[in-house]
Amino acid sequence: MLPDTDILLNLYRRMVRIRVFEEKVQELHRLGKLPGFVHVYVGEEAVAVGACSMLRDTDHITSTHRGHGHCIAKGADVAPMMAELFGRADGYCRGKGGSMHIIDTSLGILGANGIVGGGIPMATGSGLADAVLGRDGVTVCFFGDGAANQGVLLESLNLAAIWQLPVVYLCESNQYMEFTPTTDLTAGRIYRRGEPFGVASMEVDGNDVLEVRRVVGEAVDRARRGEGPTLIEAITYRFSGHSEGESAFVSAYRTEEEVESWKARDPVTCFRDLLQTEAGITAAELDSIDAEEQEAIRKAVEFAEASPHPSPDEALDHVFAPAGG
Amino acid sequence: MVRAYFMQAMNQGLRAAMEEDETVIVMGEDVDRGVFGVTRGLIDTFGANRIRKTPISEAAFVGAAVGAAAAGLKPFAHVMFSSFFYVAMDQVANQAARLRYMSGGQVELPIVYFAGTGPSGSAAAQHSENPHSILMHTAGLKVVMPSTPHDAKGLMITAVRDPNPVVYLADLRLSRRRESIPREPYEIPLGVADVKREGEDVTVVALASLVHTAVDVADRLEADGISVEVVDPRSLVPLDWDTIVASVRKTGRLVVADPARRLCGLAAEIITGVSERAWDSLRSQPQRVTWPDIPVPFSPVLEERLDVSAGDVEEAIRATLGDRVAAGSA
Ligand SMILES: Cc1ncc(C[n+]2csc(CCOP(=O)(O)OP(=O)(O)O)c2C)c(N)n1
Ligand SMILES: [Mg+2]
Repeated sequence: MLPDTDILLNLYRRMVRIRVFEEKVQELHRLGKLPGFVHVYVGEEAVAVGACSMLRDTDHITSTHRGHGHCIAKGADVAPMMAELFGRADGYCRGKGGSMHIIDTSLGILGANGIVGGGIPMATGSGLADAVLGRDGVTVCFFGDGAANQGVLLESLNLAAIWQLPVVYLCESNQYMEFTPTTDLTAGRIYRRGEPFGVASMEVDGNDVLEVRRVVGEAVDRARRGEGPTLIEAITYRFSGHSEGESAFVSAYRTEEEVESWKARDPVTCFRDLLQTEAGITAAELDSIDAEEQEAIRKAVEFAEASPHPSPDEALDHVFAPAGG
Repeated sequence: MVRAYFMQAMNQGLRAAMEEDETVIVMGEDVDRGVFGVTRGLIDTFGANRIRKTPISEAAFVGAAVGAAAAGLKPFAHVMFSSFFYVAMDQVANQAARLRYMSGGQVELPIVYFAGTGPSGSAAAQHSENPHSILMHTAGLKVVMPSTPHDAKGLMITAVRDPNPVVYLADLRLSRRRESIPREPYEIPLGVADVKREGEDVTVVALASLVHTAVDVADRLEADGISVEVVDPRSLVPLDWDTIVASVRKTGRLVVADPARRLCGLAAEIITGVSERAWDSLRSQPQRVTWPDIPVPFSPVLEERLDVSAGDVEEAIRATLGDRVAAGSA
């Protein structure tokens, strides 16, 4: 049975918001307007949106270097996000973080992360805080298939298992770690790494937002009931390069056919089709959502470009919190 | 002679060292393509047995280098960005830097830990470190950080041949540097500094990309009658005290320009070491130009605030000359 129409439309809206945001970011990068490294999430929208649709504002996520989608899915405002990508004073991190470090603790976003695997122990600790303080919060830990080979994943699965922590470890298997197919350097299946720890472990079609929502939803419910962690591997694909501008220094490492075959299963267009054929939503309704999101991103860019640079001496702030305050 | 970019020069050095010794192997992420170019093309010559692509498992492959070295290989471990040393720090500091000492000298650990280093333009706080001072402090690691393609090639060959763990840091700001270097393999010994520019009034000890900043400033100050000597240590462990101290004995004044944080840094060490060795020749208080003690921020404006600029170096040079100005006006 399909979820209610407003839920469906919300899922669609969030996926479109990510897609439009990322395509705009790619364009801005090509124009040389964005400093630093940029990794976009195009093609993987269903994972973040499906997962975060089962979370409350008070729940937590940890994210990765490819974090824009996670942040938007968890409710981040695209205007300060865009300003952060520009390095401006009105950015989420006042220009200190940039694309790889967007954080909004008020929404439970404990941060995108420049260190592959860096967020995994943090998610474990966020689950520990919920457990110790007796809250019914849940943490979703997004990490890549490449990150699955960092030892901290196994250490975290063990900790979460022995302490029965409310954490959902959600691996985004987009088939690549930088320029190398993940399967070339990964023994066994990633999701099965939870099994020896007694952690509920499963895979899911990461291009199907309703499936992600269902499977993550069950894991979140288990976690809230105090039944411990889950490891989920979402099978998906990134449509674009590892990082923007990479073609200047790496030759092709994926075939056209491979990319095209995944694009045929584009999570946004597939869901759009489903909404029309199975939920009776009209193309006009969906088009108007598209237009609203385009407009929101246009405004976000305007906001970002109008935002001032931070004053240079702000570089010295925020190293330590004031003590005794 | 052959024209080579900074990373190409290291690539040539590594290639030469691999040709002469088949126990040299390369490990790291995407080393077949080579993220910075240092390992590029090596897989075509040496094959996948010696050029080992690793998963994203820094602690494991950095530590595997220790065991491999103890058991007969000479690993070159490509850590990618120097910030990632922190991911593998136990293996670097507790294992690589300790095994020979703890065993009473039983093992040799011929390892090169290579990483691109330093701010490279809004790469932000987890991709911009210059961790040389931390690594210098561990005892048991040699540390090199060249400033030119010529030095980069020679130091690479020496580093691979050295029977100890050598951390090789390649300042990413130097990627576009290009110059003619010998085609044939050559060594530059560790622990030998290079006077990059001779002068009489002030010694500037500068590191990596700041060597070029210091030389540019020195060239400009010539017009004001200020003669600056620029010393490039190139290797930090061992550090060439003889060359640094001889220069300060000649000039009587010292500036250290280090692209890294101030607290417990290289600049502090050099100023202290010179004070201990040549106190009587110092005519003014030594100066250091460093980053403030903050992480590296993202925004270009903030990153620039952190950076050591030519202006900072010039100001420090002029500060050491205060005594001369005073003497002149008296
Ligand atoms: C500790 C660490 N090692 C290496 C890198 C360089 N790096 C950045 S992203 C990446 C690939 C990550 O692959 P995966 O986890 O699958 O995420 P994806 O990029 O596919 O989303 C690598 C190796 C890093 N940022 N941090
Ligand atoms: Mg991946």
